[in-house]
Amino acid sequence: MAINWFKYSAPTTFYPLAGKLIPWFAVSSAILFAIGLYIGFVIAPADATQGEFYRIIFIHVPSSIISMFLYLIMAAYAALGLIFNTRLSSMMASAIAPTGALFAFISLWTGALWGKPMWGAWWVWDARLTSELILLFLYLGFIALHASIDDPRRADRAAALLALVGSVNVPIIYFSVKWWNTLHQGSTIKYSGTSMHVAMQQAMFTMLAACWLYAITIALMRVRSIILEREKNTKWITELAEVK
Amino acid sequence: MKKLSLLSLLILVVRRDLILAMRRRADVLTTLFFFVMVVSLFPLGVGPEMDMLRKMAPGVLWVAALLASMLSLGRLFSADYLDGTLEQMLLAPQSLSLLVLGKMAAHWMVSGLPLALMTPVLGLQFDMSVEAIGVLMLTLILGTPILSMIGAIGAALTLGLRGGGVLLSLLVLPLCIPVLIFGTGAVQAVTSGLNVSAHLSLMGALLLLALVFTPWVTAQALRISME
Repeated sequence: MAINWFKYSAPTTFYPLAGKLIPWFAVSSAILFAIGLYIGFVIAPADATQGEFYRIIFIHVPSSIISMFLYLIMAAYAALGLIFNTRLSSMMASAIAPTGALFAFISLWTGALWGKPMWGAWWVWDARLTSELILLFLYLGFIALHASIDDPRRADRAAALLALVGSVNVPIIYFSVKWWNTLHQGSTIKYSGTSMHVAMQQAMFTMLAACWLYAITIALMRVRSIILEREKNTKWITELAEVK
Repeated sequence: MKKLSLLSLLILVVRRDLILAMRRRADVLTTLFFFVMVVSLFPLGVGPEMDMLRKMAPGVLWVAALLASMLSLGRLFSADYLDGTLEQMLLAPQSLSLLVLGKMAAHWMVSGLPLALMTPVLGLQFDMSVEAIGVLMLTLILGTPILSMIGAIGAALTLGLRGGGVLLSLLVLPLCIPVLIFGTGAVQAVTSGLNVSAHLSLMGALLLLALVFTPWVTAQALRISME
């Protein structure tokens, strides 16, 4: 049986699909947020050295992880758009960018809130903080370049190239900053096992899943808006129930 | 039509851009004066204590060089874009990457190299030791071509946009951070008596990587901007 893999790569078919998927992602994200926050704030014990302050990691770590992965996903969509000239991929890339920037910002903000009681300073020039800040700059550059080009096709392609150059540069930046200065605590979760309490792990992974689902929900909602905006002159848009 | 070898083509583009730059000497000098002025403003801003200035010097000079090269990047393609030369270059049978490489080289010669040659004077203002100045100059000579090359990508992407200059810095500056880190790191290593070869090797590696990839990426960016 021949499966049409590209059925949902057209805005015409993807728009209703995204509309159907959004409630599922949104509801499961909300449920997981509730569970994750409950485990994190009520069940998980206080940390031996960091007391209650450590609980900010339940927001901080998922948002850091997601902000980094979203950049790669964005760059991958941008590359697809550039190579295969598919409209939807470019739309996805520009739909993901603001969410990625938001998570990078949340990660920096919660990091600062955690740093004040732990390190005694809101901001230190530590390698991970700095590379997260640079990541935020890269997101903002992508958004700014896309926003300043009027022709959407040119904007897509130019921003895609920038995202690709950025993603090649991310490891170089990361390691150069790492050699430059390191103060941040190392990763607690390693492949060889972890020193974390089970409830802390559960809370963190639940929050991670919740944040992922949130990111997907928002990206889908935004891509639907972008489709509506870009394709507003087409016939199928004018025939949509919500447009009528 | 005579078929040009790659090298003679490269020399042709470089010479053309250098002649154009020499016809507009003011532009070149503006960048250089900007560099000198920004560097000279720092002691006025942070105070004249020599110990502090000596420590700050590599960072200040490098950041000023970064900003100065951003300043001149806007002109890299804009004149050719406006008078249609760039379109001819895109249509030319020769490789666009090579033409772009020539333009990058010429840009470095008029914007990066003068800054590097100017550093000894500015280094003395900051009371740097002779060997620190030597290393700083070396890192600038290795590093400013990278700035020109990464900057060319940004210049090609923002070609013909309104407010292109500010946008260009926003796009390019984060990508230049490794160069800044290794450049200043080498000088700090030499002043604290460590071996500088690691920093210089990394810088050289970045230069080679940029040399291989950026002309091609810039050529793609130009095609996107010009279509």
